[in-house]
Amino acid sequence: MTPSTGRSNWQVLAVVVVAAALAPLVFTEFFVSVILTKSLWLGVAAASLIFLSAYGGMVSLAQVGIYGVAGMTFANLVAADGGSAAAWSPWLALVAAIVVGVAVGLGFGAIAARSVGIYFLMITLAFSVLVYYFFSQVTTLSGFGGVNNLDLPSLVGSPGQDPTRLYYTTLVIAVLVFLALRYISRTPFGLALQGLRDEPARMRALGFDVTRHRILAFGLAALIASIAGLLSVWYNGRITPGSINLAQTIDVLIIAVIGGLYRLEGAWVGALTYALLDNYSREWTPTFGDVLGPERFNTILGVVFLVIVLLSPGGLVGLWERVRERLGTSRNEPPGAVGMQVETTRGGQL
Amino acid sequence: MSGAPQTPLAPAATSETSRRFEWSPRRIAVALVAAAVGIWLIAKASEDLRQFAVVSLNGITLAALFFVVASGFTLIFGLMRVVNMAHGSLYLFGGYLALEMQDSWFKEESGLGLSLSGTGDAEYSLVSWVVPLLLAILIIGVLGMIMQQVFLRWNQGQDLRQALITIALSVIFADQMLAAFGGISKDIKTPTAWPESITLPGDVRFGFFRGVIVLGAALLIGLALWWLIRRTRFGQIVRAGVDDRDMVSALGINVQLVFAGAFFLGAVLAGLGGVLGGTMIALAPGEDTSFLLNSLIVVIIGGMGSLGGAAIGALALGLVDAYADVYLIFGDTDLTNYSILVTFGLLVLVLAVRPLGLFGRPA
Repeated sequence: MTPSTGRSNWQVLAVVVVAAALAPLVFTEFFVSVILTKSLWLGVAAASLIFLSAYGGMVSLAQVGIYGVAGMTFANLVAADGGSAAAWSPWLALVAAIVVGVAVGLGFGAIAARSVGIYFLMITLAFSVLVYYFFSQVTTLSGFGGVNNLDLPSLVGSPGQDPTRLYYTTLVIAVLVFLALRYISRTPFGLALQGLRDEPARMRALGFDVTRHRILAFGLAALIASIAGLLSVWYNGRITPGSINLAQTIDVLIIAVIGGLYRLEGAWVGALTYALLDNYSREWTPTFGDVLGPERFNTILGVVFLVIVLLSPGGLVGLWERVRERLGTSRNEPPGAVGMQVETTRGGQL
Repeated sequence: MSGAPQTPLAPAATSETSRRFEWSPRRIAVALVAAAVGIWLIAKASEDLRQFAVVSLNGITLAALFFVVASGFTLIFGLMRVVNMAHGSLYLFGGYLALEMQDSWFKEESGLGLSLSGTGDAEYSLVSWVVPLLLAILIIGVLGMIMQQVFLRWNQGQDLRQALITIALSVIFADQMLAAFGGISKDIKTPTAWPESITLPGDVRFGFFRGVIVLGAALLIGLALWWLIRRTRFGQIVRAGVDDRDMVSALGINVQLVFAGAFFLGAVLAGLGGVLGGTMIALAPGEDTSFLLNSLIVVIIGGMGSLGGAAIGALALGLVDAYADVYLIFGDTDLTNYSILVTFGLLVLVLAVRPLGLFGRPA
């Protein structure tokens, strides 16, 4: 489950980052913006979900709710059309948005952290949908047609004219998020979190405050989700309640599951798959009455999601690992060593 | 260390009392909030008693609808530990099916389209409401059973995976329903013979369908389910299955058959809710989400798998929704826009005291 620390992984990461950095030289502006930038920020959102599920054993659907809160806070604090348009400096608004997002996340965590498993999933789903209903009701905050024409930090320039600046900003943030989450998973806090994912009773007996650990992990994931919310607002230049509804909540879940719920890398693998499907499936989808056609993207997405869940609970990353494992059984450990077992032995070593 | 013999007794005594009742800060906070809400409601009620009666009836009838839908959700969860995220889809699909049948089979224009009477010119007999209802819930029941047999039967016990599968199905359902039935809000027509409204004592007028049919259906279903669960062999097996599924299976009972039956019943209840809701409120894309959320909140409040909990949860949610929509006005400040926060508050309040819901038991 946890990414292994082999040197090859660092090499892979370096290659991916260099390739991503060179991408604007190769691809069109459209591709860089609509596929790559979008996958990067969607990946950050999915990473906050995967972090909780892979290391904390909590599948949270509240991440979109939290990123909506952060995005809405930012949109209301900077100069904009609609909302309260407080015309703060974008940098100040950025900090405030993250603070509010984390505070709301900690609050949600405090309520939900005592529940586990499927209860946790349901409660966090309810939170996310409640956030959506809140913003669609309170038009003083969300405007009637959303909050538009946002004043963005100078760092990202104006993504409409020059998408590469936002792309590089998003890339740097995504890499930092990935490295930070990987680092945290190896700190005593991260290890304790994995401990109480596998053996909550034993951890409690060892004197760990299980609930507090869960709440803190949730707060950390809320920080990542808030960052994703800011990136999404910068990317779109606007925010509407419709962009944080149940469909978006489920899309982020789908991204995480397609990529793989047990691996951080899965977040971006899933996001890239999603963005590619979103754009190109419309072109090659055959029309078949009302059932299938270019407009039925969600049906295709749902079917892909269903197939992944049915075939490979570890998502694409899990699938890839199984393939690699089967090819490399001769020189590596015996089959079946991937997944939960690796996890436990690793915990034992450390 | 002279007190040593007493020490084992002391903790035992405290744990004894804590099992009975204890005023923890959390409970005190909840009691204070409850008292404040009570006082606020009494104040509002004394201003206009008739309005209060109508608002309360609105809440109770809404609760009746929530109960019908959520009872199916909780039944399936209680027995099989399956969180059916497609429950809202089954609700909406049930409503749409009944609407389609009513439109295509029973829409009789009164007198060659000479609509002198105004807008509602089509005549609807009682049959035109009841037949689509029965067929729709039957189809939804079978659909639910197929869903369980094809997608959920073979991965029993993997509750997260099952939830993800039903989420995938709900995504597909929602998109296909949008394609087939369009995005415009529609509703199922009540039989023309039924009165618009009834007059209650105190000259309170209230919608007939809402007040009599929906409420009556919910009461009937509540009683029928109670009878089914408490008095029949099927219910015995279901209750035993909730407690210890493996033991039931070991006793030679065909648990798979019972599971299929329970899923059929749960889906039927979702479909019935859809027909009632489609007549009482409307059918539109997004109603599936809305009723999934309502079912979730009802069972989170009441406790997963408990029918009584579903009833209490539905009542709490319905009343809170109704009161918050109307009474969230303090002097000149109108806070009715923020009514969703009250629903959220209700959820928080219950979870703060009972993480598993009012009647929830650990799985």
